[in-house]
Amino acid sequence: MKQLAVRLFDPLLDGLANIGRTGLFLLGLLTALPRGLTYPRELLRQLWFVGAKSLIIIMISGLFVGMVLSLQLYYTLSIFGGTSALGTVIALSLYRELGPVVTALLFAGRAGTAITAEVGLMRATDQLSAMEMMAVDPMAFVASPRFLAGVIAMPLLVAVFNLMGIFGGHLIGVTWLGIDNGTFWSNMTSNVGVWKDVINGEWKALVFGVFISLIAVYQGYTAPPTSEGVANATTRTVVSSSIAILALDFVMTAFLM
Amino acid sequence: MNPRRSYAAGTGLFILLGFAALAYLATQTTSLVNFDSGPSYDVTAEFANIGGLKDRAPVKLAGVRIGTVKRITLDQRSMDARVTLAISDRYNQIPEDSYAKIMTSGLLGDQFISLSPGGSPKVLKSGSLIDNTQSALQIEDLIGKFMTGSGGSKAGSSGKK
Repeated sequence: MKQLAVRLFDPLLDGLANIGRTGLFLLGLLTALPRGLTYPRELLRQLWFVGAKSLIIIMISGLFVGMVLSLQLYYTLSIFGGTSALGTVIALSLYRELGPVVTALLFAGRAGTAITAEVGLMRATDQLSAMEMMAVDPMAFVASPRFLAGVIAMPLLVAVFNLMGIFGGHLIGVTWLGIDNGTFWSNMTSNVGVWKDVINGEWKALVFGVFISLIAVYQGYTAPPTSEGVANATTRTVVSSSIAILALDFVMTAFLM
Repeated sequence: MNPRRSYAAGTGLFILLGFAALAYLATQTTSLVNFDSGPSYDVTAEFANIGGLKDRAPVKLAGVRIGTVKRITLDQRSMDARVTLAISDRYNQIPEDSYAKIMTSGLLGDQFISLSPGGSPKVLKSGSLIDNTQSALQIEDLIGKFMTGSGGSKAGSSGKK
């Protein structure tokens, strides 16, 4: 009986302990952040790696998401004879929902995994211990620039994604499906708000950026120093980030409505 | 260019691009486009029913946007909706006896106020009241009339219960 209870509650306790450890890690990270800012060159390098190098995938994905949105929404709106609202619906779905969520999922796959693998291998090859020996705090030199770069890059990537999505949607809606250019823009501009839609999505992006970077750095930092350990940590980064993004998205949408 | 400078430049480009994209989205695809901060004068109009008219809805004359709806309140004495229109100072030759009508752009579109010019030599000034108004067309009322067959009654009166 006792064995059964242990077996049932063990994974649950494990999960709880993991969340607790991640929270404690975040506290450590935040206290190391001011010292991390004393390495601006490292922050710049990370920003280049997670931000600038993610631009291509984000731009192409944004373009295609906008194009497919245009086709699908045109089909749905034509049932109700409301195709003039195409611009509005594309912009609102992108800004409020698809932009932040799709960018975050891509970001977790493109940048989150790389951070985990890099930091995990640093741990496995004792580079982190070597830094401690040299009185360089790895939390300040390795963890905080990567965390901060992710937090800064996400909102910017979301803005680029949204822009490409609007262009993609405009391309299909206006040049292919024949919606009037003026109708497309004027309908969009009269119904989309700066604070309630554009900034609303940017808040989501910022929160997703914090969670993805935290999970990626934490998983790398605590990965067992073996090839298998690093591989598992990388997988866990993608799985935990994706779940965190989708769950947080629901919670944030309910609050920010 | 040395490699360190090249990624510094790339990162700078990325940050600039991100902020430029955000600025474009915020100013060119939202209602900020229609935001007219130029000087304007206020004119009021009273409607029996404004339907779904909202603050900042456009005011148009001959299809040209000349101002926005500034404020909507209820006049407690007449039980009418009192709508304040902010009309751009550029358009200062609108006859005083112009006719204000609430119209809908398209079947599902937003509502706006359409002004039809009258023939009076006097013009609308700050604080003027537009007397001739027509309420919003209520699709529910129209359908109700159609269903009960009382189509002959005057448009604008409330439907038969």
